[in-house]
Amino acid sequence: MKAAAFAYARAKSVDDALQLLAGHGDRAKVLSGGQSLMPAMNLRLISPELIVDIGGISELLGIVVQGDILRIGALTRHVDIQRSPEIAAYAPLLAEAIAHVAHPAIRNRGTLGGSLAHADPAAELPACMLALDATIVVLGTGGEQRIAAVDFFQGMFQTALSVDELLVAVELPIARKNGLHYFHEFARRHGDYAIAGLAAYAAIEAGIFTKLRPAFFAVGDRPLLAEAADRLIDVTVTPKLLSEVSSAVGDELDPQDDQQASANMRRHLAQVLFIRCVAMMLDRPELAGGAA
Amino acid sequence: MTPTSIALEVNGERVEAQVLPRLNLADFLREHLQLTGTHVGCEHGVCGACTVRVNGEIVRACLMLAVQADGGAIETIEGLSDSGEVADLQDAFRKRNALQCGYCTPGMLIAAQDLLKQNADPSREQIREHLSGNYCRCTGYQAIVDAVESTARLRRSRA
Amino acid sequence: MTAASDKPETLSVLDRPNSYIGKTVPRPNLDRLMQGRGQYVSDIELPRMAHVVFLRSPHAHARIVKIDAAAAKAMPGVITVATGQELAAVITPWVGVLSHMKGLKSAPQYAIAIDRVCWQGEAVAAVVATSRALAEDATESIVVEYEELEAVTDMRTALDPPTPVIHAALGDNLAFERTHNAGAVDQGFADADEVVEAEFVFGRHTGVTLEPRAVVADWNAAEARLTIYQGSQAPHMVQNIAALHLGLEERQVRVVCKDVGGSFGIKVHIYADEMATYALSKLLRRPVKFVADRVESFNTDIHARDHRCKGKIGVKRDGTIVAFEIDDLTGIGPYSMYPRTSAIEANQVVNLVGGPYLTKNYRARARVVFQNKNVMCQYRAVGHPIACSVTEGLVDLAAMKIGMDPVEIRRRNLIADDAYPCVSPSGLRFEKLSHHASLNKLLSMMDYDRLRVEQAGLRKQNIHRGVGIASFIEVTNPSAAFYGVGGAKISSQDGVAVRLDAQGAVICQTSITEQGQGSESLTAQIVGSVLGVPMSRVRVILGDTDNTPYGGGTWASRGAGIGGEAALQATKILRRNILDVASAILQSTPAELDIADGIVVNSNDGAPRIELKELARIVYFRPDTLPPGIQPELMATKHYVPREYPFAFTNGVQASWLEVDTETGFVKLLKHWVVEDCGTIINPQLVDEQIRGGVVQGLGAALFEKCIYDERGQLTNANMADYLVPMSGEMPDIDIGHVVSPTTESELGAKGAGEAGTAGAAAAVANAVNDALSPFGVTITEIPLTPQVILTALGGF
Repeated sequence: MKAAAFAYARAKSVDDALQLLAGHGDRAKVLSGGQSLMPAMNLRLISPELIVDIGGISELLGIVVQGDILRIGALTRHVDIQRSPEIAAYAPLLAEAIAHVAHPAIRNRGTLGGSLAHADPAAELPACMLALDATIVVLGTGGEQRIAAVDFFQGMFQTALSVDELLVAVELPIARKNGLHYFHEFARRHGDYAIAGLAAYAAIEAGIFTKLRPAFFAVGDRPLLAEAADRLIDVTVTPKLLSEVSSAVGDELDPQDDQQASANMRRHLAQVLFIRCVAMMLDRPELAGGAA
Repeated sequence: MTPTSIALEVNGERVEAQVLPRLNLADFLREHLQLTGTHVGCEHGVCGACTVRVNGEIVRACLMLAVQADGGAIETIEGLSDSGEVADLQDAFRKRNALQCGYCTPGMLIAAQDLLKQNADPSREQIREHLSGNYCRCTGYQAIVDAVESTARLRRSRA
Repeated sequence: MTAASDKPETLSVLDRPNSYIGKTVPRPNLDRLMQGRGQYVSDIELPRMAHVVFLRSPHAHARIVKIDAAAAKAMPGVITVATGQELAAVITPWVGVLSHMKGLKSAPQYAIAIDRVCWQGEAVAAVVATSRALAEDATESIVVEYEELEAVTDMRTALDPPTPVIHAALGDNLAFERTHNAGAVDQGFADADEVVEAEFVFGRHTGVTLEPRAVVADWNAAEARLTIYQGSQAPHMVQNIAALHLGLEERQVRVVCKDVGGSFGIKVHIYADEMATYALSKLLRRPVKFVADRVESFNTDIHARDHRCKGKIGVKRDGTIVAFEIDDLTGIGPYSMYPRTSAIEANQVVNLVGGPYLTKNYRARARVVFQNKNVMCQYRAVGHPIACSVTEGLVDLAAMKIGMDPVEIRRRNLIADDAYPCVSPSGLRFEKLSHHASLNKLLSMMDYDRLRVEQAGLRKQNIHRGVGIASFIEVTNPSAAFYGVGGAKISSQDGVAVRLDAQGAVICQTSITEQGQGSESLTAQIVGSVLGVPMSRVRVILGDTDNTPYGGGTWASRGAGIGGEAALQATKILRRNILDVASAILQSTPAELDIADGIVVNSNDGAPRIELKELARIVYFRPDTLPPGIQPELMATKHYVPREYPFAFTNGVQASWLEVDTETGFVKLLKHWVVEDCGTIINPQLVDEQIRGGVVQGLGAALFEKCIYDERGQLTNANMADYLVPMSGEMPDIDIGHVVSPTTESELGAKGAGEAGTAGAAAAVANAVNDALSPFGVTITEIPLTPQVILTALGGF
């Protein structure tokens, strides 16, 4: 299929992009990496009037450590995240998650901002943002907004962004020395969208969680930080407790039924992931029944 | 809709063209430049048949607009062949019969070359993983993995 | 022209010096494919060529009330908009029946639907424009008023009285029914110690050729000739059908097949949209190109393997299988496909169940029913995967029931290797198969006993691995028994013309076709070997009805066995003719001469006498220097058709070794083995690669591929993200071994090998999964074995 016709504008700056967006509202689409936008357009699932190409806006690039914060520009490509020494040092969860995003050719074009703004419930990076307690930095004609990741993802392909706003960066607290991460997803084939996935960040001292942020993806209409996991903080985790909490986690999720898996299957897989995550992080394989 | 002027390099040659914004890079290469080695298999970025190099990195040409390639350097299978860059890979593919119908082959060669430039000693699993976005219906992949593995070995022995 | 010598060759053509037969040599002419310089149909550009896009029905079943194309016709670049009515004046409809499929009925199908659409995706109008993009734009502004009709979407209820009949004139939705009864089945089951039954369910799937279907039709009104560029496996068949339905003579139609981006049977059928493209070219008097996009491919390329098969097996405690019985139901589309019919797959299932085994008691029923879904027809290994999965699944169930090892039960029941020729209970004549030799070789290759030990050890750690075995037989080299006897103009013979050119190189024209399996190479290898010239001096021309002998093409694994034999025989004559001339020039006799490496040599000491290059120069330019009366003939043509056996059966056995994660239902394929007996092997690497490619298609069926229709007849996963094809990350390495039982029917002795991998792979995987899950008392007889299916069976949540 060939995309329907559209007008094209290459934004020279963020202000330029915002003006173009303000002028066209929901009849315009932002083109970042294009790895989600282009398939939709080629399949004629969407036919925007105007494409605003932000690919040349250099202020949206860059991975910078500013004190306790790691700031990642929206145009940072997945491959840049994979190769970045700063990410490896300060947000290793991202480096690990990126390897699961599609395939090399996609990662060479796809961007962090694009992935977050697209908000596919089965995508890896939005869940990572929840696990890492990220702040999404948004610019509109009204100025800057800083939105906590937990508030940013609002539904299937829905975010807090309005049509005349641009996601310009994310900011994350840098990973701590006692910080641990876990990433795993169940997908039918390498690079496929997950059937169920978990991105988690934790802090552990002497075998006890002092922080545990498990963010599930592909098990709801948006990524979800499981609050029930808080029950594992500041306590000794026993198999019985883990099983109870895993059950509670399952109850928090609202998975979808689709061709790949039923809702119940997704909930089950999410619980398997949670148990395996906790077992791995605490280095107690017996918690996962041996097979972690 | 008005055509846009673009100027870019394709296989080392300077190209200037007027293109409609909606024209994707794969169609631009095939239809405007008659470089039909870049194949179209799905137009939604999944099959890998349209893989080319843009500024040295592999991309899906069906997921890029020709206008986005303005100012860029594009390399297609024709260019990589003429420069000899993948001659040893092609030789290995020939010997091992790592192609049957040939439709996935340009994309497969470009993806394989991309792997070998980053990793001179990939395991079979790593080869399979790097090529996991290139669909082949004919070979079942094993011959391709063999050919990439043997090329890597040969390059290491010549290094 | 002197007669050929009476002295027979002391060596068969297969044993000649420098023979390429049995050698792995690289295929010639791969550079153009590797450099991106191939010529696929989608690459073809002709002057004034226009592009066609089809408006397709969003409904599975609907009456077309009104089509308003006025706005579309006025859009930029649009040349015409045509509906079914307009095209019916140019191209006649067709009916997909053959007389030897007794009782098969189907309704006439038009190039574009008239009055009624019968599947979601069927074309209702065609827009021809100066580019595909502009045609798509215009298609969006065509307004069609539909009256939705109830759709038949469940094969299980297609024949129930309340279900609407899709074609009223046919009376019901039953396209075809066949029953078969051999031996004494009821007595067999009565004598059995155990009887096991299961229903085997198969996911409908499709070919997903990487190059979608594509056609360039070029009607030249001044020449009154139609040239069709198409990736067809059977160009002469296309020539015949295009001529027939367009009111032309066959000689007015030329079909050209250049490079084809995958076919596997998908591109051997006649499609309505392709027929519409031919008609549009004739109507518009200019070339018209149709390239299906991927979504169209999913919705309109033939589907296959949509079966629900009840199977029953009776077994004695000592492992003797006493009877097989099946009741197979398959749901096709609303039309039987043309011209090969959509009854062949079910017919094959009936023919092939139980095939490798001794049991004489076999009863079968197969019913083919119409549905409002995409059309269905032959796709690689046609019916074999169903028959093999059912048979091998039942054999494993029987083994489990009596507590016998799956290898042992096969040892006790496979037809003995010295029992040939013999006939199966379904009437199949086997010349020579090698089930036991193949099984023995397989077991040694895979180190079966060691795998069992490993399996037992890992089970204690809650790691569940399984071994699955599947024996199979495979139809190859079909005679007219397949299609010709039913009235189809599909040739079962093939021809090869070979000639020496003016420089002593060999030009070879063959009627078989190339889709990447190596038809060109096997032909060059045979010609080079038989004649005595290097392969590099042999040029093979194929895929052009103007420039090749008349023949069937490449399908049903017939290229090597039939086309190869024609090449062999033609080249023998050319060789004799050359030696006749040479002996006249050299004042020798043909018996004293041979040809090696492109030079005529003494047969006793190999001393060179005259180069072919020089001989050709003399023949073509200086015949005045030849002895009086000689009329040299440096060209020969031979056709070949199998006469003795309706099919040359091959056999093989496959094994799968895999691990099931019982917490998640995910399967990891660890290794796969195939031992195959396809007779004389011309190029071992090419045969093995055909097997590997075929296996992976079978692995796709086992774990991944399924066309998912909803109850309204909508194909819900018509894209490559949702329809899962095997990619490199999940596929195992595949080890292959061979046993060789040549057919004596031809001098070459080659049978076919292209479909063997697909025939047994899914059966091996299913048996392996069930083997892995046997501690849980779970048996699954449904594919694809998705994590959902496995976990549901395990009661995992």
